[in-house]
Amino acid sequence: MWEITTQVLTGLASASNLFLVACGLTLIFGVTRVVNFAHGSIYMLGAYAMVTFVSPMREYLGPTLGFWAAVAASVIFAAVVAALIEVVLLRRLYRSNHLFQLLATFGVVLIVQDLVILVWGADDILGPRAPGLTGFVSLGEHRFPAYSIFMIAVGPVVFLALWLILHRTRWGTLIRAASQDKEMVGLLGARDKLLMTSVLALGGALAGLAGALQIPMQPANAFMDVSIITEAFVITVIGGMGSMTGAFLAAILVGLIQALGIQLFPKSTLVLVFLVMAIVLVIRPWGLLGRPEVEAGGAMGEPPERILSPNTTRFALAALAIFLLLAPQFMSEYHVGLLIEVLLMSLFAFSLNFILGNGGLVSFGHAAYFGLGAYGAALAVYHWRWPMEAALVLGPLVAAAGALVFGWFVLRLAGVYAAMLTLAIAQILWSLAFQWNEFSGGDNGVNGIWPSAWAQSRVVFYYVVLLLSVAAIGALWRATKAPLGYTLRAGRDSPRRCEAIGINLLTHRWAGFVLAGAAAGLSGALFAFSKGTVDTHVLSVHMTVDSLVMVLIGGVNAITGPLMGGTIYPLLKAYIMPLTDAWRMFLGAVILLTVLLFPQGLAGFLSKFSRRFNSSTEPTSVSLRVASERGQ
Amino acid sequence: MTTLLEVRDLSKSFGGVKAVSNVSFELGASEMVAIIGPNGAGKSTCFNMLGGQLVPDTGGISLNGRSIGGLPPRAIWRLGVGRTFQVASTFGSMTVCENVQMALASLRSETARPWSRMQDLYRDEALQLLERVQMLEHADRSCATLAYGDVKRVEIAIALTNAPSLLLMDEPTAGMAPKERFGLMELVTSVVAERSVAVLFTEHDMDVVFGYAHRIIVLDRGQIVAAGSPAEVRASPKVRQIYLGDEDPGSMERVTA
Amino acid sequence: MKPMLSVSELNAWYGQAQVLFGIDLEVQQGEIVVLLGRNGVGKTTTLKSVVNLLAKATGRIEFQGRSIRDLAPSSIARLGLGYVPEDRRIFTDLTVMENLEVGRQAPRANTPHWTVDRLFDLFPNLARMRDRSGGHMSGGEQQMLSIARTLMGNPSTVLLDEPSEGLAPVIVQQMVEVLKELKRQGLTVLLSEQNLSFAKAISDRAYVIEKGQIRFAGALTELLENEEIRRAYLAV
Repeated sequence: MWEITTQVLTGLASASNLFLVACGLTLIFGVTRVVNFAHGSIYMLGAYAMVTFVSPMREYLGPTLGFWAAVAASVIFAAVVAALIEVVLLRRLYRSNHLFQLLATFGVVLIVQDLVILVWGADDILGPRAPGLTGFVSLGEHRFPAYSIFMIAVGPVVFLALWLILHRTRWGTLIRAASQDKEMVGLLGARDKLLMTSVLALGGALAGLAGALQIPMQPANAFMDVSIITEAFVITVIGGMGSMTGAFLAAILVGLIQALGIQLFPKSTLVLVFLVMAIVLVIRPWGLLGRPEVEAGGAMGEPPERILSPNTTRFALAALAIFLLLAPQFMSEYHVGLLIEVLLMSLFAFSLNFILGNGGLVSFGHAAYFGLGAYGAALAVYHWRWPMEAALVLGPLVAAAGALVFGWFVLRLAGVYAAMLTLAIAQILWSLAFQWNEFSGGDNGVNGIWPSAWAQSRVVFYYVVLLLSVAAIGALWRATKAPLGYTLRAGRDSPRRCEAIGINLLTHRWAGFVLAGAAAGLSGALFAFSKGTVDTHVLSVHMTVDSLVMVLIGGVNAITGPLMGGTIYPLLKAYIMPLTDAWRMFLGAVILLTVLLFPQGLAGFLSKFSRRFNSSTEPTSVSLRVASERGQ
Repeated sequence: MTTLLEVRDLSKSFGGVKAVSNVSFELGASEMVAIIGPNGAGKSTCFNMLGGQLVPDTGGISLNGRSIGGLPPRAIWRLGVGRTFQVASTFGSMTVCENVQMALASLRSETARPWSRMQDLYRDEALQLLERVQMLEHADRSCATLAYGDVKRVEIAIALTNAPSLLLMDEPTAGMAPKERFGLMELVTSVVAERSVAVLFTEHDMDVVFGYAHRIIVLDRGQIVAAGSPAEVRASPKVRQIYLGDEDPGSMERVTA
Repeated sequence: MKPMLSVSELNAWYGQAQVLFGIDLEVQQGEIVVLLGRNGVGKTTTLKSVVNLLAKATGRIEFQGRSIRDLAPSSIARLGLGYVPEDRRIFTDLTVMENLEVGRQAPRANTPHWTVDRLFDLFPNLARMRDRSGGHMSGGEQQMLSIARTLMGNPSTVLLDEPSEGLAPVIVQQMVEVLKELKRQGLTVLLSEQNLSFAKAISDRAYVIEKGQIRFAGALTELLENEEIRRAYLAV
């Protein structure tokens, strides 16, 4: 009896902290419609601010007053940073699509991670316990920390305070009005820009508070941002994006699932949480208390970017083929390895863009299929001693099967919910691999995944990769030009027109999703054999971001875009990463610059360039915004 | 005249508000009928139920005696109903010809093929349709670069791919420069005449409505308030009341006198 | 005298579709001017262009002698140009009082100063439902609230998009009284209408729009005498 009570209380204490982070996230989304990855970074900065401020403040103000003054200072610091991020970055993203927003705010996450390490170092930093709350409360024979009791109270108190602010102040009224109709609030003369900044500041303050209050229980560390933000995403999605009460209920739900789940399924608490989210979304696609997202018209579709004339393209492809065939003859083994990486990443990016750029489908979890392919192949070798040839067949099949199942869920949702679900699916798989030690090797992964004897040599293996990846890219390229690819593109341009000419979009998208999943799985399987090892990184959000960055810097709207991205990115990584300790900061900056300055990527840039020097081509395409329906 | 489309007691409410209530009418083969009415009269709701975008609350719609109420748009299309939209809706990233080829591929259920080249499929057939709507010279231009009036013509070519018996046209001339409108309507009338296609359209431009419709149905607050030949509708005091806002059609004369 | 609001050479587009072709119009201080025309002719688009809601428009728009072409909608509102949209856009989650609060701006010189109490005098229905949420109001009540909410900003000029649309005759009559009161208070009003009898009860001057162009401009009495224009552009 006391046992279960203790578990419930533990769950409620963690629910409080999750709520503090999630309510800011949901508030920010409600008003700005931006899914803000950087919210987790603010939380982390709150924690680091706390450990920094607390010592001097305790010295000057005494242990009790000093502690709480440090909490207040951290809250203010977090609010200021969040407001700065709004003014410098988010403001420019309000009209972008959710994927760009997620990616750009993830760029901020990367930059802050390196900044934190630069300023505070890579080691965990312990903070002091909360004065007056260091003791324990007895529950039968169990002892429960007093600070956790305090934390349990914080959630409802903050919820109440927020409710009062939102319902009893002019500012709160404006926020609620803006989350329903931002434009109308502006039309009534309210300072809408300032309102946005202040909402970010409030959300940041709450995240900072959560980070600071976490310090007496956990040290500050440089990984706390991504883990909290994933949970906060899940909570806002379960609760319904933009709903404060929804976030509160969902936080309690998730807190309890985690606390009780540890008893029932000690290995799979994360999986359990994500499963609950998937179930909620199937029953209520907009979360418990959310409301359907009204998709703005969006782009009607532009013709794909063309950089070279068809003849030049053929010539360039022939030259490229000769280079790739002969490369091992004059390259060092290291460079051949790099070329393998380029081929695999190109296939990975190409598979993503088949559904993303070509099909207009939102995916923020393409690592899932890369990882399924990698693990599918690796585990077959590791557990059942399958030969490479069979494992290379199994990997893509596992990924395709995953895409078949997950596609059923994802393709029914739209916009930000679809993006969140794809992220959650990848995270489910990641946490399965992370927690299911016996099968997947946990954090360390599995080793000894080497090619069959005949393909052991780097050069032979290179030709295996070349053959398979070029074949897969070729097949997808062909599919892009075939009715299936055209139909996906048609669905991107105008779903309504598709329906009106008898096309069942869902089934076509499903087929495209599975095809892309299989191709990503093949690159993952080959990746496993090229490294000899597979670990959880292949399923992580970093892998997803890699795929998106490659597509983005190459250019979404060109068939060759992901190939350029897939070439440039591994090379950048290979040549720049060793030079700097701040690779993530560099990558974050690249992401931000691309999103803000070159949203059409290298392909878009090059095609503009070639148009300028080639006046005989078609006039510049006009980007269209579908008119808001007039009339009745 | 044989009845092509029969609409019986069609109703639809949104959150307690009746958008369309007990609307009934018939459409004969090759007939051209306009639905008009002020904003909020229920024209779009009515249209969307016919096209399958909305499911009627009550009432029946039948096409050639077959019930189509509540079917999805794609099924209605397969039964021979073509559709154009108020804001013209084509695939902007494709060429004019590819847009028509897509519809032809869909007609033959070949849209899921991952291998054959789309550009080569049914190109001749598509070009014939484009010639009919005077868009042959633009066949290989991208739809996103077309003038708006030309996009409307592409929509008509797309709508003709399945040899429809009925065309639903939502505001066919909306958004077009006034002088282009008659050219488009001339094209529509000649195309539907030679193929015996019936047309049901909504329209704001009264010159177009009275110039081309064989019959006019007037909706107000979700109900049919008048229906008949253009002359009958023009003479109807009820219609006059809706469009001039007079409670008593005689009062205007008294004021102006 | 300089007009309160002047629009010249206004062109506007939805996507590729041009919907306005060179609109010119003026509203003098204290006038009630009506834009007449059937639905779909460009009345709403004209008003939206004035408050800079359209993605693509060209032309000159001046308010109190100053160009407002490049100002954000919120800045335009803060100059004292209020806008009541056709679809009312009530905040349905908010109560009547809260909706009014969102519209509240500091009083300004030379314009009537509205308080909640004064607005409740003008719209007695609203006074009885202070705490009702906007989503639980009838169309007519929402229309009243939408106007009241804009008046909370103490504007000198108000744009009203089809205020009588979809309202029962009794409510339309109330709306006439409200607009007469606003005129007495010295407000300048530009409204769009399809309902000629409503327009003639309140307006000084009229513009008739057809297919995105102005076809008639003049005093309302002049329009009422012009059977030809009425038949061509307003009747069917």
